[in-house]
Amino acid sequence: MHFGPHLLLAALEGLVTSAVLALTALGLSLVFGVMRIVNVAHGEFFMLGAVLAWAISTAISGHPAIGFVAALVIAPLMVGLVAFFAEWLVLRRLNYNPESTIVATIGMLYIIQQLALTFYGPEARPVEPPFSYRILLPWFGYSGYKLSVVAASAILLVLTWLVLTRTRIGLIMRATQYDRETAQAFGIPVERVYAGVFAIGAMLAAIAAVLIVPISQAHYLMGQDPLLLSFIVVIIGGLGSLRGTVVAAILIGLSDGIISMFFSPTLAKIIATLVVAMVLVFRPQGLFGTTQR
Amino acid sequence: MADPLMVDRGLLTISGLDCFYGEVQVLYGLDLVLNKGEVLCLFGRNGAGKTTTLKAIMGLVPAAAGSITLDGKELTGLAAHDVPKAGVAYVPQGRRLFADMTVAENIDIGLMTRRKGKQTRENVLDLFPLLRERLKQRSGTLSGGEQQMLAMARALCLEPQVLLLDEPTEGLMPSMIAKIRETVAKLRELGVSTILVEQRVDAVLSVADRVSFIENGRNRETVDVEELRADPSAVRRYVGVG
Ligand SMILES: Nc1ncnc2c1ncn2[C@@H]1O[C@H](COP(=O)(O)OP(=O)(O)O)[C@@H](O)[C@H]1O
Ligand SMILES: [Mg+2]
Repeated sequence: MHFGPHLLLAALEGLVTSAVLALTALGLSLVFGVMRIVNVAHGEFFMLGAVLAWAISTAISGHPAIGFVAALVIAPLMVGLVAFFAEWLVLRRLNYNPESTIVATIGMLYIIQQLALTFYGPEARPVEPPFSYRILLPWFGYSGYKLSVVAASAILLVLTWLVLTRTRIGLIMRATQYDRETAQAFGIPVERVYAGVFAIGAMLAAIAAVLIVPISQAHYLMGQDPLLLSFIVVIIGGLGSLRGTVVAAILIGLSDGIISMFFSPTLAKIIATLVVAMVLVFRPQGLFGTTQR
Repeated sequence: MADPLMVDRGLLTISGLDCFYGEVQVLYGLDLVLNKGEVLCLFGRNGAGKTTTLKAIMGLVPAAAGSITLDGKELTGLAAHDVPKAGVAYVPQGRRLFADMTVAENIDIGLMTRRKGKQTRENVLDLFPLLRERLKQRSGTLSGGEQQMLAMARALCLEPQVLLLDEPTEGLMPSMIAKIRETVAKLRELGVSTILVEQRVDAVLSVADRVSFIENGRNRETVDVEELRADPSAVRRYVGVG
């Protein structure tokens, strides 16, 4: 294959990574932005989404699309429920203290991981894609499903943006994020907002995971990479900035795809981490972040 | 015989209020009565506990002891977000606008609090016509006086029974101070009961009905404004200005 098509293939692969990463990182960014909580267990909500997707799609017989759609709806809801419960059981009781919640979410990480190991096992298991249409380009064929993942992610990102900027719920979330005390003085039940945001953050990760399992596989340790990459994206893009998250996800995804294909995946990770270090030194608020008051 | 109308005109009554920040006690058995339709002014040095008193009313600082009642209804048991729904609106010290939101969005948040609609919005904007021209502007980019007006507008969107104003003239130009004072007077005519925290006596003598002197977390004395005009020595005693 010539260089041009090769680059195109790498870029497409990178775009799929970007799409999934943007959703996952957006969840992390929302939780930090609104609640000021660094959710170390975020990757485990991702993993839980994938594992549940496997369980749901294998439990449902018939055309793989039926199982997949069921998983796409049910798995994120279940993960949201788990997150909602964890918020109520743990984070609220710690009064959302920034330091304690880091430790607490590390605890959640191990609990969720070990539960997955116990009930799901150490195997990596595939989920059948809902359709296997291949798009024929002049140089190579490409998975139609992968492109649909990019489209689905784009739609969800636009939807999130619309909710945040155009709806009453978005207004309430932004008010809570900006000034928790004043929000309360205007009747906003911030604890309920927090619970909702934590669940939505986890659900975004779960949706991303359901979208990716037909391409990769479900495994109980699969949450680690998304967590690391999400942190990278969120730091580069700027915490709480949706635009920054999307731009950084595309940047990291594309460079990961291209560098992995032409050099090595390890080099891609090294470069990403280096960029994070540079951003932290020269622009700690991130590319699109505003400095905190 | 006591005139039945004179018995307990208190709309908002605070009695024996203790408040703490962590281990540190800031309010010591504070008593305060706001009558219906009046402007009650809280005077006191920096750090006396004026802001804390207002935050306690809003449920933002928990009451360790004592009671706060609105129209006979206890407020201290309510969650902070339920106090404004009961009809108390708060204009915090330093305005505390949602600065990255537009003027219109700040007003929307005020309207949402007690589910008020278009009519309320129009009434409030009629009080502050300047804001009408700035609805799409990011509120953080308004001038200090305009921000103060927006903070008051946002609070008035609750159509509150009680309005709490914490140092609304702080850091404003004299022309703006006059405007804020006019607005407080206008609200008083409209029957809004107001607690007004001020450091400058001259800024409020014309609009206040009574003045409470707060010192070291206690209400030392409440006097009618006429008394104060006749004998301003109390002001010197508690605020330390001539
Ligand atoms: N968030 C806080 N944490 C700890 N102490 C506080 C806090 N806010 C105010 N204080 C203290 O409480 C006291 C009363 O403060 P405040 O009510 O703001 O006074 P005022 O509004 O009359 O100037 C002061 O001694 C102040 O230092
Ligand atoms: Mg104060």
